[in-house]
Amino acid sequence: MALLKNGYLSQDELQKLPGVPTPERLAKGPVVVIECAQEIPCNPCETACAKGAIHIGENIIELPVLEEEKCSGCALCVAACPGQAIFVVDATYSETEGTVTLPYEYLPLPQKGDLVDGLNRAGEAVCTARVLRVVNPEKYDHTAVITIAVPKALIMEVRSLRRKQSEV
Amino acid sequence: MRETEFAIVGAGPAGLSAAIEAARAGVQVTLIDENEKPGGQLFKQIHKFFGSKEHYAGVRGIDIGYQLLDEVEKCGAEVMLNSVVWGIFENLDLGIIQNGKRNLHLQPKKVLLATGAVENALAFPGWTLAGVMGAGAIQTLVNVHRVLPGKRILMVGSGNVGLIVSYQLLQAGAEVVALVEAAPRIGGYAVHASKVARRGVPILVSTTVKEALGKETVEQAVLVSLDENWKPIPGSERTLDVDVICLACGLSPLAELAWMAGVDFTYIPQFGGWMPLHNENMETTRSGLYIAGDLAGIEEASTAIEEGRLAGVAAAESLGYLSPAAAEEQKTVIRKRLNQLREGPFGEARKEIKEQLAFGGGKWRY
Amino acid sequence: METYRILQHPILGEIQQGKPVEIEVDGKTISAFEGEPIAAALLAAGIRVFRYTTKRHEARGVFCAIGRCTDCMMIVDGIPNVRTCITPVKAGMKIQTQVGLGKPQEMQP
Repeated sequence: MALLKNGYLSQDELQKLPGVPTPERLAKGPVVVIECAQEIPCNPCETACAKGAIHIGENIIELPVLEEEKCSGCALCVAACPGQAIFVVDATYSETEGTVTLPYEYLPLPQKGDLVDGLNRAGEAVCTARVLRVVNPEKYDHTAVITIAVPKALIMEVRSLRRKQSEV
Repeated sequence: MRETEFAIVGAGPAGLSAAIEAARAGVQVTLIDENEKPGGQLFKQIHKFFGSKEHYAGVRGIDIGYQLLDEVEKCGAEVMLNSVVWGIFENLDLGIIQNGKRNLHLQPKKVLLATGAVENALAFPGWTLAGVMGAGAIQTLVNVHRVLPGKRILMVGSGNVGLIVSYQLLQAGAEVVALVEAAPRIGGYAVHASKVARRGVPILVSTTVKEALGKETVEQAVLVSLDENWKPIPGSERTLDVDVICLACGLSPLAELAWMAGVDFTYIPQFGGWMPLHNENMETTRSGLYIAGDLAGIEEASTAIEEGRLAGVAAAESLGYLSPAAAEEQKTVIRKRLNQLREGPFGEARKEIKEQLAFGGGKWRY
Repeated sequence: METYRILQHPILGEIQQGKPVEIEVDGKTISAFEGEPIAAALLAAGIRVFRYTTKRHEARGVFCAIGRCTDCMMIVDGIPNVRTCITPVKAGMKIQTQVGLGKPQEMQP
C-alpha cells in the first residue's frame, strides 16, 4: 500500500474509499472528499455534519461513509477532522478551474487574492493556485479553512499550498 | 507522618482523572507531582485528539489539560507540586522530597501510581553529539518553551509520536529534512503521515540512521537502507545536512516505584515492555496499589484518562465511598469508552491483552 | 545573533513567556525569560554544548529535557551538576559550561 510506504494515498487507493464521491457527484458541484483509509477510533466528522451526510455509526472505528447526495460541500467537517483528511472540491467553479478547500495550520496565513503554489499529496508544487477564501473562526480552533482555485484537472491532486518561494 | 486516604503519584492525564473521580465520590485525595506544574505531557499535545465526543475528540490536548485542571481544582483534591516520591514502603507509605529540601512521610490508605513513561533511545555512532534529542524533549521545547532546538531536523521513527512531532516542528517553522523508519511500513496513523507528506517531507521506510557526524554538535546524518531482514544494504548510504536528529523510537513504562513496591510484573512488547500486572480495576498484585496510564502499558492520553477514572472509581469503592452497585455502573461506562478506543487494527491487540490481564494475567503471567 | 525563539505560532499564538531578564553564560550576557528552563534560554541563544564528559572530553547537550538523562548538567551560580532542563531561570544567574564532574570547592554555594 503506497499510503503506508510514502505516507500519502495513490489515486487507486483513494478511489476505493467510501468517503470519496463518484465522478457523477463531483460533476454536480461542491462535495467533500474524505481521505480516511484506516480504521481508527474517531468520529468528529459525523458529529460535525449538519446534513447527516457522513456515516460512521456506533462502532467508531468504521471508515466514514459519504452519502453524497446529502452533502452540500459546506466544509464544516474540514476543520473538525483531527486527521486533516477531509477536503471539499468543486469541479463547477469555472470553465477551466475548480476549487479545493483544505485545512491549514501554518503561519503566515495567505490572504484572499494571493497566488500560491498548489501542492499535491507528496508536497510537490503542481500548479499556481489563487486564494479565494480564508476562514478562521473561533469554532475551528486555529484550523484555518482555505479555498483555492486550481486547474480543473487537479482538484483531486492538490491538497496543500505554499507561499511562492520568491516571497519567502 | 501525615495521612491521606488516596495518594496519586503523577499529575498527568491518568493521575488528574483519577483524582477527579475519587474526590467527587468524597475521598480525601493527595495528588503528587515532581514538576512545577501539573498536566504531565498533556500541555505539549497541541493537536486535536481522536475519538468521539465522550473522549474529547476534536479538542486539542492542551485544552483537555486545562479542563482537567479546572475540574481538579473544583473537586477539592490536594495538589502537591515540586514533590518527588523517592520511595514506597511496607504499608504503602511514601517518602517524598518537597522542593528539593524537605522530606515528607505520607501514609495513604490506597495508592495510584500514574508515573507515565520514558522515551527509548537509539544508539548509533555519534548519538551522543549535542543535537541528538528525544522527540518528547523537542515537543516540550517547541510547544511549551517556544524554542526550536535547530532548523533542519531528521526525524527517526514513524509512530504517532514521530509523525506528530514532525508536523509540530513544521508548524513552528523548522524544516523536517526527512523522516526515516526502519520497518517496511509507517507505524503511526496514516492521516498524521499524510499531513507531513503533503508539506514535502520525504518519508523513507526501510531506512535508518547509520551515523551522526559533527565535531561537537550534529552537522550531518548518514542514512542507510535496510533489506527485508533489517540488515543495512552496503552502498545505500547517503548524507543529509541536519542540525538535529530527533529520536522517536517508542516509550517504556516508568516503573521504578512499582518495582520498589514489589508487585508482579509482566513483559508485553505491544505495551512497551515491562509493566505491572493489573486487573480490571487497575489494581496490581498488591492490594490497595493501583496503576493507570502509560505505566499500565504505553497507549494514548485518551486511554490514560479513562484508566485513571477507572482506578479512581475503584479506589473510592474500596474505601467505602461508593456502593458496589454505584461503582459498577460507573465502571461499565468507562470500560465501554476504553474498549471503543482499543477497537480496530491499531488497538485490538491491546484490547485482547488487557482482557487477559484482567482475568489473572492469562498467558502473560509467569 | 540568530534566534531560535518561536515568536508566532499558528495554534499557540504570540509568545507569552515570563519577564525578560538577562543571564550570564561563560561570561557572556544573553537574554532569557524568567521561569523558563535554563536549557531553553541557552538553546534560544544558539548555545548547544552544555558540558564535556570526564574521561573522553566529549561534548553533550540537551537530550531528554525532563530531568532524567543528566546530559544537560552545568555549573549554575557555582553549583555543579545542575540539570538545566528543569531548573528555572532567575535574573542575573551565572551559568558555566561544566567540564567533567563537579569539583568539591564548587559545591560550596
